[in-house]
Amino acid sequence: MTPVQLIFLAVAAVTLAAALMVVLTRNLIHAALWLIVTLFGVAVFYVLLNAGFFAVVQVVVYIGAIAILFIFAAMLTRRVMQDTGPQLNAGSWLAGLVAVLSFGGLVAVLSQWPGFSSQAAALPEGADPLVQLGTALVSPDAYVLPFELASVLLVAAMIGAITVSLEKKP
Amino acid sequence: MDHPITIIARWLETLMLGWGLAPGAVTTILTLLGAAVVGAFGLGLVIFTIWLERKLYARIQDRLGPNRVGPWGILQTFPDMIKIFTKEFITPDGADKVVYNLAPILSVSAVLLTWAVIPFAPAIIGTDVNVGVLYLVAVGSLGALSIIMAGWSSNNKYAMLGAFRAVAQMVSYEVPMVLALLIPVLLAQTMKMNGLVEAQQVWFIFYVPIAALIFFITSLAETGRAPFDLLEAESELVAGFQTEYSGLKFGMFYVGEFLHAFTISALTATLFLGGWQGLGAERFPILGTIFFFIKTFAVYFVVIWIRISLPRLRIDQLLNFSWKFLTPLALVLLLATAIVEKLWLDLYPSLNLVVGAVPWVHAGVHFVLNLLILWGMLNLLKPHKVKTRRTVAEPRPVAVAPEPPVSEIS
Amino acid sequence: MIPLSWYLILAAALFCIGLFGVLGRRNAIAILMGIELMLNAVNINLVAFWRYRAAEGIAGQAFAIIVFAVAAAEVAVGLALIISIYRRRNSVVADDINLMKG
Repeated sequence: MTPVQLIFLAVAAVTLAAALMVVLTRNLIHAALWLIVTLFGVAVFYVLLNAGFFAVVQVVVYIGAIAILFIFAAMLTRRVMQDTGPQLNAGSWLAGLVAVLSFGGLVAVLSQWPGFSSQAAALPEGADPLVQLGTALVSPDAYVLPFELASVLLVAAMIGAITVSLEKKP
Repeated sequence: MDHPITIIARWLETLMLGWGLAPGAVTTILTLLGAAVVGAFGLGLVIFTIWLERKLYARIQDRLGPNRVGPWGILQTFPDMIKIFTKEFITPDGADKVVYNLAPILSVSAVLLTWAVIPFAPAIIGTDVNVGVLYLVAVGSLGALSIIMAGWSSNNKYAMLGAFRAVAQMVSYEVPMVLALLIPVLLAQTMKMNGLVEAQQVWFIFYVPIAALIFFITSLAETGRAPFDLLEAESELVAGFQTEYSGLKFGMFYVGEFLHAFTISALTATLFLGGWQGLGAERFPILGTIFFFIKTFAVYFVVIWIRISLPRLRIDQLLNFSWKFLTPLALVLLLATAIVEKLWLDLYPSLNLVVGAVPWVHAGVHFVLNLLILWGMLNLLKPHKVKTRRTVAEPRPVAVAPEPPVSEIS
Repeated sequence: MIPLSWYLILAAALFCIGLFGVLGRRNAIAILMGIELMLNAVNINLVAFWRYRAAEGIAGQAFAIIVFAVAAAEVAVGLALIISIYRRRNSVVADDINLMKG
């Protein structure tokens, strides 16, 4: 067991446990905080995958913005501090069954694939993935079109969110 | 001639290899030791900066400041620390214990994490990630999280309102901060902190003074220092999100805030004033550290000066300033700098300048651009100038006898 | 070294936990949190496949960046909608939002 494998197993255990707490805990704000732990775990996986840029973007976008949005929304849509009522709906046993079956199915299908246990090849020397990514996102024969569309989507989402949640002036 | 820390690190490495440890373990131990030293150094520096701030605060206000404990009151922070350590922890009833205790720890950690990427000398940096600048933004957003946790877990509606306002302020000021941070990255063409420092043959504050100003102002707002200290002013919302914290937990928030103020001085010095650059810094790295600290303390003096001199802003003035003024200005500056930089890179070989003069001409071009943008902005703001004082009501006469009632008897 | 299978199993597990969150929770905000878990699992998959099978190109990373942007946009609009619904109906339990039920 190399140290990297031990680190992976430890972080994976923490991430999956936190994800389970997100979906099982009664208090919504606690669920948001467990979500933050999960997102941190995912950021660590990005670092293990030599995608350090993604780890930092994950912290900035997900934890710095989306998680705070969740906490705000949870605070604004409740009337008392303590939670009331069960958090799992009537069909949750069926949902659990579907989740377990999906997991089993995914793993079964993937393990048929010959590349399932491939090891990581060494990264090609020279090119910095960060510079490559930046060039690819704005170069006309690479990914500039999805990049611009994503920008339009973000502007639309921003305008839409403000319009939907604007309180009408009396 | 090497930096003393490099010498010590190398000596420790040979020592541990002599003990028979594997090279991987030695690297891990040295890394952890380095992290501990940086953290301890940061926290130890706060003791000094708290004294410095109180003394400066007092002297500018024409009083003496702490002067009893030690020469010039330099040991004053220690009795304060002892007092805070021995205070009782009062946890409010109904508070969420785990979140309540975690918030101050997260607040200090978010600031200490920033110290991992600040370069003290050409080879002394915690870790030179190639996304150093983005890492700063990421860690800054963790501070906002700790404030919500503190406000919500206190089970106190004033604390929660204060936390909402604080997070609104911090999130609003993150946007112009990120935009202003992108401009030195554009000019240096790298996000590494050491790369940014090395690219400053001419300090970036001469290239893009507007970006330096925006970064400085938005970092002040992120910290919650005056004039943006609506969040912790005693006259507003009790003490904001810190209302229910006492003893060491409040001490952690306090320490976190001072450390944050010092950290933004260090960041401004690194990004815009050249960091460890100076005469002879490459040959004698210890000089680089000295230059870095001189610049940092100069910026910290300006931070304290601003705190003492300016009145507090209201929350709506704060948010308007960020969204309606700083963000458009930063966007325009970013676009203009990108266009000018691209033109410069294409055109400057054809100008046939002396090699030594190239950074200065480059700086001059961007400086002129900044002046143009500044002039354009001032012209755009002219219609909004307050022309006359708004008369709210007639001034009341103070000590004038009322008119005698008209007498019926003539 | 870490074989690709570990990352794929981790991503599948995270995805299925998110799936359970979406299908089995009452609160609309908790459902959105489940969606976020699923999007994160997808991102891990994309970056793992990029690293292990296609590290010369950049397609995996570009796709993952777009997924980041889409997730942020979706959370913003979703939470705005939930807050607006809460203002009208005073409840964010998904079962209570049933005006169009036939």
